[in-house]
Amino acid sequence: MASSAATPKDLPPAMLDVATSAADWVIVWPIALPMVGAAILLMLRNRTEWQAPFSFAILIATLLANFSLLQTVFAKGPLTMTMGDWLPPFGISFTADALGALFALVSTVVMLVVVLFVQSEVEARETKYGYHPLMLILLTGVSGAFLTGDLFNLYVWFEVMLIASFGLMVIGGRKIQLDAAIKYGFINFLATTFFLIGIAYLYGLVGTLNMADIMVKAPLVENGAIASVAALFFLAFAMKAAAFPVNSWLPASYHAPDPAVSALFAGLLTKVGVYALLRVHLMLIPQSHGQLQILIMAVAVFTLVLAPLGALAQTNARRALGFLVMGGIGAMMAGLAFGSSRGILGASLYAVHSMLTMTALYLTVGLVERMGGTSDIRHLGGLYRASSPLSILFLVLVFAAAGLPPFLGFWPKLVLVQSGIELTLAENSLAVHQWWVVGALLLNSILTSIAGSRLWAHIFWRNGREGRQSEMPNDRIKMLDRRGTRWGLWPTAALVALIVAIGLWPSMYIRAGIESANDVTRSSGDYVTSVFGERTQ
Amino acid sequence: METALAILIGLFFTVAIYLLLSRSLIRMLLGIAILGNAVNLLIFTVGRVTREVPPIVPEGEYQPLEAIANPLPQALILTAIVIGFSLFAFLLVLTYRAYQELNADNTDTMRVAEPDDSPRPPLSY
Repeated sequence: MASSAATPKDLPPAMLDVATSAADWVIVWPIALPMVGAAILLMLRNRTEWQAPFSFAILIATLLANFSLLQTVFAKGPLTMTMGDWLPPFGISFTADALGALFALVSTVVMLVVVLFVQSEVEARETKYGYHPLMLILLTGVSGAFLTGDLFNLYVWFEVMLIASFGLMVIGGRKIQLDAAIKYGFINFLATTFFLIGIAYLYGLVGTLNMADIMVKAPLVENGAIASVAALFFLAFAMKAAAFPVNSWLPASYHAPDPAVSALFAGLLTKVGVYALLRVHLMLIPQSHGQLQILIMAVAVFTLVLAPLGALAQTNARRALGFLVMGGIGAMMAGLAFGSSRGILGASLYAVHSMLTMTALYLTVGLVERMGGTSDIRHLGGLYRASSPLSILFLVLVFAAAGLPPFLGFWPKLVLVQSGIELTLAENSLAVHQWWVVGALLLNSILTSIAGSRLWAHIFWRNGREGRQSEMPNDRIKMLDRRGTRWGLWPTAALVALIVAIGLWPSMYIRAGIESANDVTRSSGDYVTSVFGERTQ
Repeated sequence: METALAILIGLFFTVAIYLLLSRSLIRMLLGIAILGNAVNLLIFTVGRVTREVPPIVPEGEYQPLEAIANPLPQALILTAIVIGFSLFAFLLVLTYRAYQELNADNTDTMRVAEPDDSPRPPLSY
């Protein structure tokens, strides 16, 4: 801070003198489009018939922007745009690397499917209270978190996401939603506050908040101090991601709102926590990873094993799915714990798989609830007879979630197990612990397939309801009406088709994952150069 | 100065965590409010408490002539206050609505989403 009597000539130019090229503006469109769209929709809130088409149009535009961003990032490496033309450590940067751009693209796909699905269920009353603007604001927050290059800005996007999710959680105002929102609200607010405390300490240590600048300066700071900050970040993001000891808010709240909203939350919110873990622990302060490795492994093992056991113990289908979401978080934690290039590949592939599969699972169960009138598996049954396409969708998704071969979940599981075995065979003091993680990954697949197929058997395969009537046809089933089929079943089927297609032809998917993992491991090169230009290196 | 602030921050955190561990939602809200202030003070302190010279570059110069206060923590705190206040306001309204609807401000008796006497999972299959 202290200035000496430097002559103006020695001062580095504080402003960028070249304007950002028009092509590079692509980095702000995935954030700006939904944000502006939400603002316009809010002004049009009394025109309920305009909400959905407009929201859909905005999402298509966002999807195109995300595609072109991902293409640019694949072609040229990380892309940076700095706000207000101040040179990077001072101006707030948006930096997209393959990891962020990939996640932003998949989130938009998920949002698009959910907006279509919403057409089959939401009443005009809820549309008037801002259903669509809130969903667009949620997407703004999620994309912003994926694309920002500044740690404090990441906190701000977390809060944007949080306030939108609060709104979506309580819209409708049923008792169960208020109850769930209290638990969800308090714990998530606390998690972001912990994140803010971590940011404060890190700023005190390195004196900067720009991610690229932190990468340059953090190695100069004493390791112990950085490790304690890293532990704080781990707690905050593990709460967000619902990893084992700080997970109980997720099954307490995700089954309360509308199925479409639960699907959105299950697909997007926990994955932002995982993204932040990957970004902060493996890119910004990788020197602390060694100290935390055992802790992260323990968290991964417990989450992997306990989550599907929790799913087995549920009678509410949507609460059971909440536990399966957490099982996926355990797998991503395993990738984070390995920390190798292949481990990051596994974690990022798993995150993409989890976003798509978990959203589709919740949407399918949403349709089940509409047909059976309840989400309690004791009172469901006989849906195979009523709608065999739905039963096929559900079974495919269960196999995908469990990681059985031809489906999407298989590839990330394979990469994670491979990376674990690779590490244990290498000369390594943690080999025993890594075997535990590999074992937990495999056990998780078995338990998930048991829990999932049990749900399937109870909801679809059994003739009737629990008890004496279990052999008699279920008389409470209502068939989906035309609206439900067109806007409910078809979008879900399209998402499942996408999941199956990626599972069968995974080369693009794996390639995108490899690019992301490369961008994380080579971060000190490309990412930093992208922000500061060639001068500093 | 830093020592005094550090002790004060520690005190704030202690009080906030004590209140947050309570079952009563009103106490938890108070805890959230105090926690927010603790974090704001923390940001202020880690930004180093320096002389009270406004960070303004004199006319005709390219940089300040003497040591100045660090302006960044103040910008961060301002953002954090705004965000914290709006979320607190939301939680306050939410708690009030929950009190009206569920007739409870005690987390132990709020069991709508997770029923206390939830049945055992079916044993078939």
